[in-house]
Amino acid sequence: MKEPLLDIQELSVEFPTRRGLLKALDRVSLSLAPGEVLGVVGESGAGKSLTGAAVIGLLPPPGRISGGQILLQGERIDNLPPERMRRIRGRRIGAIFQDPLTALNPLYSVGRQLVETMQTHLRLPDGETRRRAIDWLQRVGIPAAEQRIDAYPHEFSGGMRQRVVIALALCAEPRLVIADEPTTALDVSIQAQVIEVLKGLTREHGTAVMLITHDMGVIAETADRVAVMYAGRVIEVGPVREIVQTPSHPYTVGLMGSIPSLETRVERLRQIDGAMPRLNAIPPGCPFNPRCPNVFERCRVERPELMPALATQAACWLYDAASLPAASPVPSAHA
Amino acid sequence: MPDAGGALQPAGEPVLEAIGVSRLFDVSRPWLQRVLSGGRRQTLRAVDEASFAIPRGTTFSLVGESGCGKSTVARLAVGLYPPSGGDIRFEGRPLRTALAEPKLRRRMNMIFQDPYASLNPRWRVRDIVAEPIRAFGILKSAGQIRDRVGQLLNQVGLAMSDGDRYPHEFSGGQRQRVSIARALSSEPDFLVCDEPTSALDVSVQAQILNLMKDLQQRLQLTYLFISHNLAVVRHVSDQLGVMYLGRIVEYGPGEEIFRAPRHPYTRLLLEAIPDLKVTGSRRTPVAGEVPSPIAPPPGCPFHPRCPLANARCSAEKPGYTRDGAVLVACHAVEEGRSTP
Ligand SMILES: Nc1ncnc2c1ncn2[C@@H]1O[C@H](COP(=O)(O)OP(=O)(O)OP(=O)(O)O)[C@@H](O)[C@H]1O
Ligand SMILES: Nc1ncnc2c1ncn2[C@@H]1O[C@H](COP(=O)(O)OP(=O)(O)OP(=O)(O)O)[C@@H](O)[C@H]1O
Ligand code: SF4
Ligand code: SF4
Ligand SMILES: [Mg+2]
Ligand SMILES: [Mg+2]
Repeated sequence: MKEPLLDIQELSVEFPTRRGLLKALDRVSLSLAPGEVLGVVGESGAGKSLTGAAVIGLLPPPGRISGGQILLQGERIDNLPPERMRRIRGRRIGAIFQDPLTALNPLYSVGRQLVETMQTHLRLPDGETRRRAIDWLQRVGIPAAEQRIDAYPHEFSGGMRQRVVIALALCAEPRLVIADEPTTALDVSIQAQVIEVLKGLTREHGTAVMLITHDMGVIAETADRVAVMYAGRVIEVGPVREIVQTPSHPYTVGLMGSIPSLETRVERLRQIDGAMPRLNAIPPGCPFNPRCPNVFERCRVERPELMPALATQAACWLYDAASLPAASPVPSAHA
Repeated sequence: MPDAGGALQPAGEPVLEAIGVSRLFDVSRPWLQRVLSGGRRQTLRAVDEASFAIPRGTTFSLVGESGCGKSTVARLAVGLYPPSGGDIRFEGRPLRTALAEPKLRRRMNMIFQDPYASLNPRWRVRDIVAEPIRAFGILKSAGQIRDRVGQLLNQVGLAMSDGDRYPHEFSGGQRQRVSIARALSSEPDFLVCDEPTSALDVSVQAQILNLMKDLQQRLQLTYLFISHNLAVVRHVSDQLGVMYLGRIVEYGPGEEIFRAPRHPYTRLLLEAIPDLKVTGSRRTPVAGEVPSPIAPPPGCPFHPRCPLANARCSAEKPGYTRDGAVLVACHAVEEGRSTP
């Protein structure tokens, strides 16, 4: 692999609370090469958004990094003073937040917000920014962009606001884009268009994209590699085709099996029974062990780290030679 | 129903009925700015004469591209916006009079598209979920309320102890589940769900959709359901409405429309779905620019993008044609020149 653009090493994040210390990220390691799209998927609450927030230096208080480091183009960025980080954000890292409303200022028109972002980060002649703002709105599929550039966020539909946020994140042409659920409020057609814009940036500018999403269809079509998170850890990582078609970790297998099919209609969708553990009650050993159909003794005492599995890396004792023959092969999601 | 004459009525007593409902928004620049720069008054027709009926115990879904008016229909259906034209009826009575009665009001609720904006940030989650229970006096004793809130949180995959926390301490999907728990707490029998699972991973999504289906079967719940995920829509829907630029252009049993889409827009919409084949191939987005809802094209609003458009399409707005159990607003279908 090329020298990584982003390198997250053993990152841990914790929240001190009245009920004790919550470990929200536990030794997360991920890296992205220039031009690469890394999909991040996993259980709701697993720590995907926090991973992205840590990279852009916007962990929600009282969250703090308690271990590990984050490198952008070889330079540490997890310990920078807020002022330096603010300049990196926007110019070198663009962020698309999961919540479009927090990213938009309700008091300013969408055009003004785009223009100001470009003025802050790019050296452009005055008339140019407004033209580019309209251009960006068109690229993300806002109809009649010229007429609606002066509209306020509340006058847009949910999906239109999300597209404005995407335009805002991309308009300063950053090296790295953290995209947290960028397409959830979008219909499939606009989704395709937005993904095309993102892919265009990766091809033409070598922009790397960390794409956090629940939409496996979007992952399958956009990502090069995929990381799967569960209870604050990366539990599987590998090339997209292998993760989707021959996942190794029993959680990933269950996740892929829960995707509703468009071809057939069933009375009940397949689900993984039970819920992810609370952060203050993560069981010892493998965090998935209370819900795992393949659980065996070792899983309850020893924590598995990522290890070579079927065609990916998975944190699961089934793939450790020392566990054999207790373990049986994982059933396929597509059985 | 779409055409008053050959009305097509899904079987069963409708809980909610929309008859030719429209909603306009004034999107003109402020008055002073208009005077200074000479702009005109502009209105945006977000919903254009929509008609549908949702029988008790069934699910009616709306699909269509972003900005086509789905959330506006949702807000109209629970009385958050008054219609600019047409009628909305709840159990046969005008919605407005139904809403004036707390007993009826309690029976409808809504899960909002934006789980962030709809949760009060200063309240603990247990108070957010308990609010409808208290407001409608459904349970009286503090103990009963606590147990019920715990049960609701469990149903959506959260824990009783999560009730102590504030919304900002949750992830996106966890907040969405809080808003689902709150919507269920008033024990509604008509529930509007605007993108209820968009922030959830597929496994939690399956849990929530299975829960909604269980409740429907057990308590005869009626849903108006909105989602961009067409696989989810196919799974949950009885009736389906496909919207384009504020109009319902195809309306009928969901299975029938998925099996044999008739309207050219529906066909393109179904083709644009991503699959899991990891071919790296591109989907075919619906070609052409999404027209402006402020100045919709004359005739059929889909004609600038429609592969079957002809001269009539750009001049005359199509009425509804009935094909089996499905209503379609398209000249090509009416003229029989739309063989799939
Ligand atoms: N301010 C906070 N205080 C305490 N816990 C928090 C706070 N913010 C997040 N958490 C917890 O950290 C965990 C990870 O949250 P994160 O938002 O990263 O999840 P996620 O993987 O993005 O989930 P989703 O798919 O639902 O968006 C969650 O369990 C959440 O409850
Ligand atoms: N309060 C408002 N003022 C002005 N225009 C509005 C308002 N609310 C909605 N609109 C406009 O009405 C149209 C329909 O919006 P609506 O929110 O119903 O779309 P939607 O189908 O729910 O889209 P999405 O899938 O993106 O959520 C859009 O063009 C939107 O800009
Ligand atoms: S380590 Fe054990 S409990 Fe964990 S996923 Fe593998 S088999 Fe299941
Ligand atoms: S009426 Fe004409 S333009 Fe409209 S969908 Fe039918 S064929 Fe296409
Ligand atoms: Mg998140
Ligand atoms: Mg909407």
